[in-house]
Amino acid sequence: MINTDICIIGAGPVGLFAVFEAGLLKMRCHLVDALPQVGGQLSEIYPQKPIYDIPGFPEIKAQDLVTNLMKQIEPFHPTFTLGERVDHLTKQDDGSFVLTTSDKTKIHAKVIVIAGGLGCFEPRKPVLEKLEYFEGKGITYMVKDPEKFRNKKVILAGGGDSALDWAIYLSNVAERVTLVHRNETFRGAPDSAAKVFDLANNGKIDLILSSDLKQLGGNGHLESVTMVNKSKEEITVDTDYLIPLFGLSPKLGPIADWGLNIDKNAIEVDTVHYSTNVPGIYAIGDINTYENKLKLILCGFHEAALMCQGAFKLVYPEQKLSFKYTTVNGVNAF
Amino acid sequence: MTIVKFEVEDHDGNRQEVEAPDDMGLSLMEVLKASEYPVLATCGGMALCATCHVEVLEGKDGLGDATDVELDQLENLPEFFESSRLACQIRISEQLEGAVFKLRGEDN
Repeated sequence: MINTDICIIGAGPVGLFAVFEAGLLKMRCHLVDALPQVGGQLSEIYPQKPIYDIPGFPEIKAQDLVTNLMKQIEPFHPTFTLGERVDHLTKQDDGSFVLTTSDKTKIHAKVIVIAGGLGCFEPRKPVLEKLEYFEGKGITYMVKDPEKFRNKKVILAGGGDSALDWAIYLSNVAERVTLVHRNETFRGAPDSAAKVFDLANNGKIDLILSSDLKQLGGNGHLESVTMVNKSKEEITVDTDYLIPLFGLSPKLGPIADWGLNIDKNAIEVDTVHYSTNVPGIYAIGDINTYENKLKLILCGFHEAALMCQGAFKLVYPEQKLSFKYTTVNGVNAF
Repeated sequence: MTIVKFEVEDHDGNRQEVEAPDDMGLSLMEVLKASEYPVLATCGGMALCATCHVEVLEGKDGLGDATDVELDQLENLPEFFESSRLACQIRISEQLEGAVFKLRGEDN
């Protein structure tokens, strides 16, 4: 069991900055994120896009902001659980919480801060009959351990960078790789696309272009996938695995079941300390809502600072909080 | 300024007329959000997340072509139609008068 003062759900910019504000008040933080890396949508969706409204930075690339935030919070040694989604939350008799992730990691915290942006990024799923039935029985949306596919027949679906990259990688691992894409060409990185066509010309992978997934076959475990092309001709390919790679889309996920007041996929908060209706749980950044809410990173930073004033009373109920400027007190690592 | 009128069909197939001014630099995504349609628009309008996917049922010709960046997102969605567009890449202009958009994608 991981023990911490504050467990922050969501390692985007606002979750990261909350570590800094908490650190100034001597509160330790552990962060959990469903994505395998920190940075939230900045790293996942627009790492190379410039942001122009971060105070003090006339222009900064999204990924650079994340890198700077990681450097800024380094003195406070935050710990991370990445690539896992928080599934369950149970309140303890003493008012603290135990969180359980999708991989059964347990985290004990005095305070929970939800900085989950628009929710967890989850894979977009194709619309196919029996899709859910075959999930975990041949259908997977992520390649966590490529060795799982060694000497297996694998069908990848999609035309983006991840479909291309995994087709190239798995061509050396799997018995057979088939890549299904709805167009004749790929818009992913030109180098990767050229490599995929090379591999196809050399018989290392099978390309099924201008085709969509149509039907899944199998008894208990996935055994075949049927594709249909633009002339309505069908082709059925035997397979052990199907990996649809159609990008990620944010979902509120299990947070919706924690008894929090929710309005249009956002958590209602009191703006004194950005507390939710459940004592000990706070919500900051894009995931909260209140009158005149603006979904800006800079507003999330402000919310993080005020949240910590509230959290302090729960983490150190016996102590009086005295506010000190970093210019006076410095940043005291722990 | 002209008030442009077009129709929006939601996931249940209900069509409603929506009005928007053509001189405020609005995108269709922004108008859909302001009209309380369940459009996520995660990336805020950069054509990077495809959570404002619409199918243009009528009036496609007036919209111009999608850029490569937009097509890149659209073509990688599990659901894609001949006249799929990202609402964030459609500017409100007189060209939209009488157009019909259907919300697409599980996220919207």
